[in-house]
Amino acid sequence: MSEKKFSKQHEWVSVEGDVATIGITKHAAEMLGDVVFVELPEKGKTVKKEGQAGVVESTKAASDVYTPITGEITETNQSIVDDPGAVNKDPEGHAWFFKIKIKNKSELDELMSKADYDKFAKENPN
Amino acid sequence: MDTQKTALYEYHKSLGAKFVPFAGYQMPVQYSSGIVEEHKTTRSEAGLFDVSHMGQLSIEGSSDLILALEKIIPTDFKNIKLNQSKYSFLTNENGGIYDDLIVTKVERGFNIILNAACKDNDFKIIKNALGGKFKLTLHKDLSLIALQGPKASEILENIINGISSLKFMNGKNFSYNSAQIYITRSGYTGEDGFEISIANNMVEDFAKSLIAKGAKPIGLGARDTLRLEAGLCLYGHDINETTTPIEANLKWAISKRRREEGGFLGYNKIKSDINGELSRLRIGIKPAGKIIAREGTKIFSVDGQEIGSVTSGTFGPSVNGPIAMGYVKFDFVKSGTKILLEVRGKKYDAKVSELPFYKKNYVR
Repeated sequence: MSEKKFSKQHEWVSVEGDVATIGITKHAAEMLGDVVFVELPEKGKTVKKEGQAGVVESTKAASDVYTPITGEITETNQSIVDDPGAVNKDPEGHAWFFKIKIKNKSELDELMSKADYDKFAKENPN
Repeated sequence: MDTQKTALYEYHKSLGAKFVPFAGYQMPVQYSSGIVEEHKTTRSEAGLFDVSHMGQLSIEGSSDLILALEKIIPTDFKNIKLNQSKYSFLTNENGGIYDDLIVTKVERGFNIILNAACKDNDFKIIKNALGGKFKLTLHKDLSLIALQGPKASEILENIINGISSLKFMNGKNFSYNSAQIYITRSGYTGEDGFEISIANNMVEDFAKSLIAKGAKPIGLGARDTLRLEAGLCLYGHDINETTTPIEANLKWAISKRRREEGGFLGYNKIKSDINGELSRLRIGIKPAGKIIAREGTKIFSVDGQEIGSVTSGTFGPSVNGPIAMGYVKFDFVKSGTKILLEVRGKKYDAKVSELPFYKKNYVR
């Protein structure tokens, strides 16, 4: 897998071939607090960059999850629907949200490196 | 208006609190362990809550005061015993609720605990109704902390000798460091516990000694999940100026004498609610799956008729599933009735549930 890239909406993207795996960042998981509900997009659905592609809820509130990449959803992670708490435990590992068949690889260039994202997250805590 | 801070603000900070603005105050919403963990700690051990944002009103007076207060609050002021606490409301002329409150009879009159967001307005309403004949003080010099959970009594006994013999919904003066503090056995979590009214300049020491004896600091986040599991109303959400106590399923809080005699603001509406057919009632709701129905979620009957809406909804850590409260038309209030909740455009199965969702452990 490639090195992770990050979006301003606090998602991470990891690319293998033409498939991107997407989840929410450790920073986002910390900000949300205890995750108690996850809703994922349907397999086969086409989602557009920065479009809504899921919902994550903490005890306090519901937040939309966006996709940083345009493409077709090829796989979703049922294990985080069954155990939403996994999102807090391993947000940038086992608790990925969905996989997308990338439509336009140039979109990846618009994402941030880890160092840039960490700086961004520090300056934009919410 | 500037956001205010309670006397414990710096202490919360030192304990790793995350703050949110609430009713004009910077309040801790959670500490480092998180809402779910704080919730469970309160259920299994003891949690310490800073609720100093709430209004602490004292009114001095005797028999005249009782008559005056009975006109605006439907509590049985004539029969309340010294140091006894009662849950009640400040009603409006339509039988709606300006605020819900706890009133305690003390030697010089009554102490009333008010919601933070309502306290200034309540003060005006009460002052007007009492017509300048009594001394009213909304205490800025006092803090209020709550110690809640099965270990609350044991922990507090270390600091306040004799506290464990206090009965539920009763209060008493105790001495602490040669000062007087007033403690009631009450709370908002569904657990046994205490609410401690203490001078601002002593509260940090007091809180520190509770923490040293094993209490854990708990934020407003867990306070909300705890009270919802216990089926308790949150003012401004589950009850407001348009809901009557009867619709809110709080008839129990109005004594038989007050229900029959009336003589308080909004009695006509409340009486017709009691005697006639209620159009709606507050109920508990349990979604079938994991879906969380937040405040404002529309409720439908299984045949698609809109029958009400959710007023509070979250994930209940001790129930280990989603829970909610809301109002539905009276035909659908029976426990077990199948209903549908519309969340993000889709309808989800749910059932009307008994309240509380979590069984209480009060010491009577």
